[in-house]
Formats: sequence, C-alpha cells, structure tokens
Amino acid sequence: MQKTPLITAKDVDVFYGTKQALDKITLDIPEHKVTSLIGPSGCGKTTFLRCINRMNDLVDICRVEGQIEIAGQDIYAPEVDVVALRAHVGMVFQKPNPFPKSIFDNVAYGPKIHGLVSTKSDMEEVVEWSLRKAGLWEEVKDRLNETGTGLSGGQQQRLCIARAIAVKPKVILMDEPCSALDPIATAIIEELIDELRKKFTIIIVTHSMQQAARVSQRTAFFHMGNLVESGATKTIFTSPQDERTQNYITGRIG
Amino acid sequence: MTNPDANFLKGQKHLTRRYRAEQRFQWIGRIAIAASLTFLVFMVASIFWQGKGALITTKIALTVDLSTEMIDPANIKGASFDKIIKLALRTEFPEATKRKQKKRLYALVSSDAGFQLRDQILEGPALLGADQTIWVSASDDVDMLMKGHIDRNKPQNSRRLSDQQISWIDALLVKQVFNTGFFTNGDSREPELAGILSALVGSALSLLICFALSFPIGIMSAIYLEEFAKKGRWSDLIEININNLAAVPSIVFGLLGLSIFLNVFGLPRSSPLVGGMVLSLMTLPTIIIAARASLRAVPPSIREAALGMGASPVQATFHHVAPLAMPGFLTGTIVGMAQALGETAPLLMIGMVAFIVDIPGSILEPATALPVQIFLWADSPERAFLEKTSAAIIVLLIFLVLMNIIAIILRKKYEIRF
Repeated sequence: MQKTPLITAKDVDVFYGTKQALDKITLDIPEHKVTSLIGPSGCGKTTFLRCINRMNDLVDICRVEGQIEIAGQDIYAPEVDVVALRAHVGMVFQKPNPFPKSIFDNVAYGPKIHGLVSTKSDMEEVVEWSLRKAGLWEEVKDRLNETGTGLSGGQQQRLCIARAIAVKPKVILMDEPCSALDPIATAIIEELIDELRKKFTIIIVTHSMQQAARVSQRTAFFHMGNLVESGATKTIFTSPQDERTQNYITGRIG
Repeated sequence: MTNPDANFLKGQKHLTRRYRAEQRFQWIGRIAIAASLTFLVFMVASIFWQGKGALITTKIALTVDLSTEMIDPANIKGASFDKIIKLALRTEFPEATKRKQKKRLYALVSSDAGFQLRDQILEGPALLGADQTIWVSASDDVDMLMKGHIDRNKPQNSRRLSDQQISWIDALLVKQVFNTGFFTNGDSREPELAGILSALVGSALSLLICFALSFPIGIMSAIYLEEFAKKGRWSDLIEININNLAAVPSIVFGLLGLSIFLNVFGLPRSSPLVGGMVLSLMTLPTIIIAARASLRAVPPSIREAALGMGASPVQATFHHVAPLAMPGFLTGTIVGMAQALGETAPLLMIGMVAFIVDIPGSILEPATALPVQIFLWADSPERAFLEKTSAAIIVLLIFLVLMNIIAIILRKKYEIRF
C-alpha cells in the first residue's frame, strides 16, 4: 500500500488568455522523493511547476482551473493566503538570482519576513543551518557580509537553495536549477538535491534526461500541454508505455 | 603562387571604403563635441569675466564730525547721519557751493552711507566725541569708474561723472574691497547695495518645498503605476497623460498655480510655498517618468526571487525592487530639480517677480528666486547691474553644481551592483 501523496493535482487546466497551456493534468507527488518533470520546450512543465506555489498568479492573463492539494488542502481555495503558501513551497529558479545583499541577509530574508526567529543568535543559527544544508557553509563562513552576487554561478545557486530552505518549506520547486551551471557545479547541486530530499519534497524541472535519471525517483513526462506518462523514474526510462515518451527519451523528438 | 585566394586577408576596395566611412564618422563626432565644448567654455568664461567685478566694491574714506553736538550719545538713533556725511563731504571740498555742485558731490557716496555710519557707531560707541575717519560705500558710478567701466578720456557730457567729480574722487582716499554685501543683502534699487541673499534663500526654500512634495509623490506614483496597477486602458491613459504633462510649457503650470493655489486655496502670493508647489507640478512628470524607467530596469528575477520567498508584493517592492531603482529615482529627481531651479515663467505668474528687499524668514513670506532676480537685474538700466547679473548667474550655476554633487554622492551610496 502506497503512502498518501503530499501533492495531488487533479484535472489542472491552465490558460494564457485563450491559449491552453496545460490540459487536464492529474499527478500525484509523493513526500520525501524527487519528482522530475521532463519534456520538450513549451510542453508546460514549468507552467505546472509554477502552479504549485501560485507564481502564475503574477501573470495577469493566466487562469488556472482544476484542483491542486498540498497535504489535503486546496491551494487555490479562496481562503488560502498566497504568501503563507509560498512560505511552505519554496522555489529555486533557472538563473541564480540572489538578492544584491550580503550572503547573510540573503538567507536571513525569508525567516525575517515570516517572523520565524526573534533573536539575533537564533537567526545566525538558522543561517548557518541553511548554508550547511546547501553545502555552502565551508566556502562562505568567513565572508557572510560580502554580497551574494559576488559568488560563482554554482555558489549563487546553492545560496538560492539555502535561502529557500531557510524557512523550512515542505516542498522545494526547482526550475532547471542547473541549466546555467557547468558540469562540476551541476554535480554538486545534484548531490545536494539527493541530500535534501530527506527533509523536503522536491520537484525539479529539467531538460537533461540524464539529470532526471540521476536525481529523481519519480518522473513525469509532459508533451504539448498533456501529461503523457508518470511513474517511477526507472520504469519511465527503461520501459516507457507511451510511444511519445519513448521517442523523447531516445532522442527522436525534443 | 597562382592560388586566387592567396590575398584573401588583404584589404579589399569595399573594406577600405568601410574603414574610411568609420574614420569620417568618428571625426564628425569629435568636431561636434569640440564645438559644443567651445560654446560651453566661452559661455562660462564670459559670465565669470563679467561677474567677477560684482565681488569687488569701492569704499570711500570720510572724516566725519562725531562730536556730541552732532550726535546725542543718549539718543544715537535720533541723529541725522545723512547730514553728518554731507557735512564731511562739504568740509573736504569747500569749493562745492552751488546747489548743483553739492548734489554732484553728495552723489559720490552711496545713499546707504548714512546707515553704514550709524551701524558703525552703534557697534563702537567709543567713536563718538571727536572727528573720525570711517569707510562708507561709494556710489555705483564711482565703483564703475574705479573698475574702468567709465572712460575718463571721453568728453564730459557723454559719461556719467563730470570732470569735477572725477577730480574729487582722485582727491579722496578710496579702496576696493571684497563685496560681502552681495552675499548678505537683499535686492536694492542701488546697484552697490543689491545682494543675492533674498533670491538665494527664496530659491532654496522653493526647492525644498518642491522636493518635499515631488519626491515622495512622484516616487510613490511611479511605484504604484509600475508595480501594482493593473495594466489596461486606464493605466495607458494615465501614462500618456503623464508623458504629455512633461512637455507642457512651464508657464501653463504657473497659470494653474495662480488660479488654484492663489485664487481657490488663498495661499499667500509670492511665497516660496506656492512657488515650490508650482515647481513640483512641473517636476512631477519628469520624476515619474525617470522613476518608472528605472523600476523597469530592475531585473524581473529579483521580483520573482522575493515573491518566491513568500514576500508580499509590497515587501518585494520596498525591500528589493525600490532600493535597486534608487539611483534612478535620484537621477530623475535631480534632473527635475535642476529644471525647477532654472525656471522663471511659472514663478512670474504667481508673483515671485516682486522686488523683494527683505530676506524671507519663512515659506509664507514674499520671496523671489534666483532666475527671477537675474531677469530683474538684466532688465535694470544701470551699468553696475550688468556685473550683478553675471554674478547672480554664477551663484545659480554654483547652486546647481552643488545640488548635482549631492545627488552623485547619494547615488554612489545607494548604488548596488548585481
């Protein structure tokens, strides 16, 4: 018997104006696992990811229908506070985007605005914990007051991960977190993702099928706004049920 | 070698032509810059050349009779100081006996000489009781003669001083000193007494009001329009109107100030308060446009990062976006303020063109502004006002440069690299 999934999406439709970007997506995402969303460009995987923390609300013409529940709560219910939702569903973006502030302030920002810590020493503790979890502590512990934008690309992305986990969210959404990084930095982040799944549930959008195979336990394949197939990563990559999935992972479409 | 491609790296005809066009363009650019620099240098140099005279003024030494007959030590203020000055001049030059001659003799010293004498006595009552030599301001004609603006070689009736007056001046003890009065006095009908302070204070107060109104209102409007307002027909309409307002001739804002601030609200005429309000109407569009542009230049990834952290839109804006746009806000503000500083037309409409002698003590008292003062002096017939005009322009330029320096320092302080 499988555990109840943390996130369940049911019949999710997304429209940009009159254009339909997602069509009846139904997907379960289990807790403490890495779920990767793969598919060719423009297939709607990032759109789906952004539905989970309602970042799509920022786009005026975007309309979401259907139901997404996190731990049994409908996140599109009228009483849901978007700000509170995003405190529980963190996000790491494609391009590292640390705030142009000190490394410390970058990590401390989330706990500060959500009022999670009250004293300075607590804050220092949270910052250290987050940076350690993100595998960045040893590299930056002597220069916490230097600006976050002065770090290398890979370090910046880990800083963004530290910033996201500082508020201890349930879910971390990653939108192609390694697409702007070199292979070594990518490898570090992938290791980190594997480590982080012990504490968090991670959903990652990736263009690299090798990455999906390496880091995720579950994979969902999107194609032209449809969810074609989802299941255990191993199954998807070794014996895909749908022809389109097979074509994609073997490189025939993409 | 017979390979036809052997010369493929050497210049070809169309390539040389391209390089020549590039060279030509660079030279045209250099000439344009040189021309504009020349104009600028010429302008500034001529203003300084003409204005430097205003920093010097001429004083005349007079031996005055300060015996108790002339001045009652118990009632110093009651004495007739003008009479003492005139007496001193007459004793010096007893040959001036006719009424016309005396009038010419008295015209050598400034009409302020009596007051200057009084002030010196009030400051040092020990002077009383005997003959004393004191320095008083010379009239503007004497000042002009000393500075060489009146030609001694011209025939008597084509210059403002007669031969006899010139011989008197040569006989008197005369010195040229730094003109502190120019920086401490208000306006005056007498060029040797006219100072810039009232206009300077008026300008400063107006700009203070202008800044206090237009900076917060402008920045808030820009932030609201750019970050919060729903894009649609209304926001487009507002944007078009703001852009148009920036191009409205400033005198129209003056008319608006006249009809609304003065006639409807009944605010005091000629006051820096109304002046600042009118100027802020004018600077607002400039500030809003510049601030919106700088908000638009903030990378969207910063907004997303903040919102993705669970910051509310207001938090995202004020914690992250606005600080990054701050240098742009300041640039827009300083451009607007610099425009406002040099603006005359709207101030004319609300009565800041008045002849103001007193230094305004508050934003409700009548005042004038630097550009208006320049306009007034440039309009005066006396030769001595010419150098005052240039000197006032120098003061205006220095004011402007100081404002810009402050803006640059602030901008450097807020500049964050990302």
